[in-house]
Amino acid sequence: SRSSSRLTSGLAVFGRRKLDDDTLEELEDLLISSDLGANVATRVTSSLAKERFDKEITEDEIRLALAEEITDVLRPREKIVDFSDGPRPRIVMFVGVNGSGKTTTIGKIASKLKEQGAKALLVAGDTFRAAALEQLTVWGERADIPVMSKPIGSDAAGLVYEAIEKAKADDLDLVLIDTAGRLQNKTELMAELEKIVRVTRKLDPNAPHDVILVLDATVGQNALSQVEAFKNTAGVTGLVMTKLDGTAKGGVLVAIAEAHDLPIHFIGIGEKAEDLRPFSAEAFSKALVGAE
Amino acid sequence: MFDTLSERLGGIFDGLTGRGALSEKDVSAALREIRVALLEADVALPVVKDFIGNVKSRAVGEEVIRSVKPGQQVIKIVYDALIEMLGGEDSDSSLRIDSPPAVILMAGLQGSGKTTTTGKLAKRLSEKERKKVLLASLDTRRPAAMEQLAILADQCGDNVVSLPIIQGQLATDIARRAMNAAKLGGYDVLILDTAGRTTIDEQMMNEVAEIADIADPSETLLVADSLTGQDAVETANRFHARLPLTGLVLTRMDGDGRGGAALSMRAVTGLPIKFMGVGEKLDGLDAFDAKRVAGRILGQGDIVSLVEKAAEQM
Ligand SMILES: Nc1nc2c(ncn2[C@@H]2O[C@H](COP(=O)(O)OP(=O)(O)OP(=O)(O)O)[C@@H](O)[C@H]2O)c(=O)[nH]1
Ligand SMILES: Nc1nc2c(ncn2[C@@H]2O[C@H](COP(=O)(O)OP(=O)(O)OP(=O)(O)O)[C@@H](O)[C@H]2O)c(=O)[nH]1
Ligand SMILES: [Mg+2]
Ligand SMILES: [Mg+2]
Repeated sequence: SRSSSRLTSGLAVFGRRKLDDDTLEELEDLLISSDLGANVATRVTSSLAKERFDKEITEDEIRLALAEEITDVLRPREKIVDFSDGPRPRIVMFVGVNGSGKTTTIGKIASKLKEQGAKALLVAGDTFRAAALEQLTVWGERADIPVMSKPIGSDAAGLVYEAIEKAKADDLDLVLIDTAGRLQNKTELMAELEKIVRVTRKLDPNAPHDVILVLDATVGQNALSQVEAFKNTAGVTGLVMTKLDGTAKGGVLVAIAEAHDLPIHFIGIGEKAEDLRPFSAEAFSKALVGAE
Repeated sequence: MFDTLSERLGGIFDGLTGRGALSEKDVSAALREIRVALLEADVALPVVKDFIGNVKSRAVGEEVIRSVKPGQQVIKIVYDALIEMLGGEDSDSSLRIDSPPAVILMAGLQGSGKTTTTGKLAKRLSEKERKKVLLASLDTRRPAAMEQLAILADQCGDNVVSLPIIQGQLATDIARRAMNAAKLGGYDVLILDTAGRTTIDEQMMNEVAEIADIADPSETLLVADSLTGQDAVETANRFHARLPLTGLVLTRMDGDGRGGAALSMRAVTGLPIKFMGVGEKLDGLDAFDAKRVAGRILGQGDIVSLVEKAAEQM
């Protein structure tokens, strides 16, 4: 498959060799090149060294052993979620920086839910970006799920309030709320997000039941600060990583998994409705090191 | 972060002041810290390695000046080398758009900021250079991509127009239609916004290469997210291999990312970084500023004044 990562090409030169300091340094470099970050890369390779140092080891064995180390970190974060289940209406909000894939991920999840027969409502909470509403509307039409919206420039929190009222009145299973992209260092925009969360709590103290932070696989170490900020502001409950169909392998997720006890629900592997997969620690780790 | 780098370097060089030239051993310890700092800033590993080699050869043998801390002296060397690698202090954000209608082609990964940057460039060219600008969206894939560009064109005022949308046309056909319309309509500039694509999607890479063949752009800009991690080199190289790129645009520089991707992409392509996106609104586009980005890669802080102070004392 598409394992044309730098890691793969790097490992290919190893062949059969001793797991010595040089090899470990190369491995560390390869992990750094996949965005694990210098510290985590060191930790993972030294953990590998503990068990196998100075042993003859083939290229395939190296990859698998490395994948296992990473899987161990990620496994506790593996958590399949069924949004159509649980409280009614289940209120699910999507947050993240600009262009990370929030709207598309909602579209994909909406399509899945429709197949399962859930009664859902999409809320166009991005009242800022040009054609954000039109984009979500297309996804709503594809999934045959209604989209609730207000004109551009309207107060997003007000829209969300009305949407939840409606979902309660109509006895819907769930509400998927899109929000505008925002960089985590923008105080005003983060305050706006906080307000949206506050408003949903007025109608249901347990809402939003899920706050999904959508991360782009191409992002580097800044993802750590994204998780931190959105967790503090919006009470993130789970993660989705998109764009894993490209050359980026999203290794920063390993660093995030070490630092935060947050489940990773899905990965995005394309732009179409079907391009969403439940997160698998093993599959992700293997793809990361090219051990498929 | 800068403070920590500064402190770390300070610690390494403690007791070194006034001891003559910096030895290879002194410098090596410092370079390890700098390596970590650059990696934390998302500079791609191969670029970090080149950079470290470059700095090492400059720093070894440097006389330690009594009045300046060696740590600061090394930081100044690093800072200067960063600026140089980023293209120098006099950045050139001018676009070659003399022969009307000049075509500017925008390309990049999904969600990198192409459409927004297209709107920003149009606004800038129409307001600052009094150009008549036609915008065309060749994005036949993303839902409402064409509507998005049309809305942005409307926000730019009378001198910016978007090509009427015809559903069902191929991207390459839209490119041809746009070129005709630009000629007939007497436009100075035609900006072609394209769909986002991953670089391993052969079909889509072929499409954009074909668009470039048809449109023969005077400028082909790779629009990339400044928050990009180690993948920056791969993406830049792959687009560079398939398109006649003339420059880079780094978006989301208004974030708190350290922006190492700027250095990585510039280093592997040798292309100038023409602009940085610094906001979601149409006025959020700045000419690239190597000093600002170098300071940020080193971790914000008050690097500029610190370095100036060091320079004065040298
Ligand atoms: N290749 C690929 N592209 C994706 C994936 N998910 C989303 N995209 C694309 O990324 C781009 C941005 O996606 P959006 O869903 O608009 O992102 P967003 O977070 O809603 O963006 P804003 O609302 O502007 O902040 C679009 O071109 C999507 O088609 C994925 O998993 N793989
Ligand atoms: N904060 C900030 N946001 C930006 C900047 N440039 C673009 N954006 C935002 O990033 C998101 C994606 O921008 P688009 O212009 O739609 O990106 P694109 O590359 O055209 O996306 P696709 O066509 O889906 O590939 C939007 O929410 C923009 O408002 C910037 O410089 N700063
Ligand atoms: Mg969106
Ligand atoms: Mg676009």
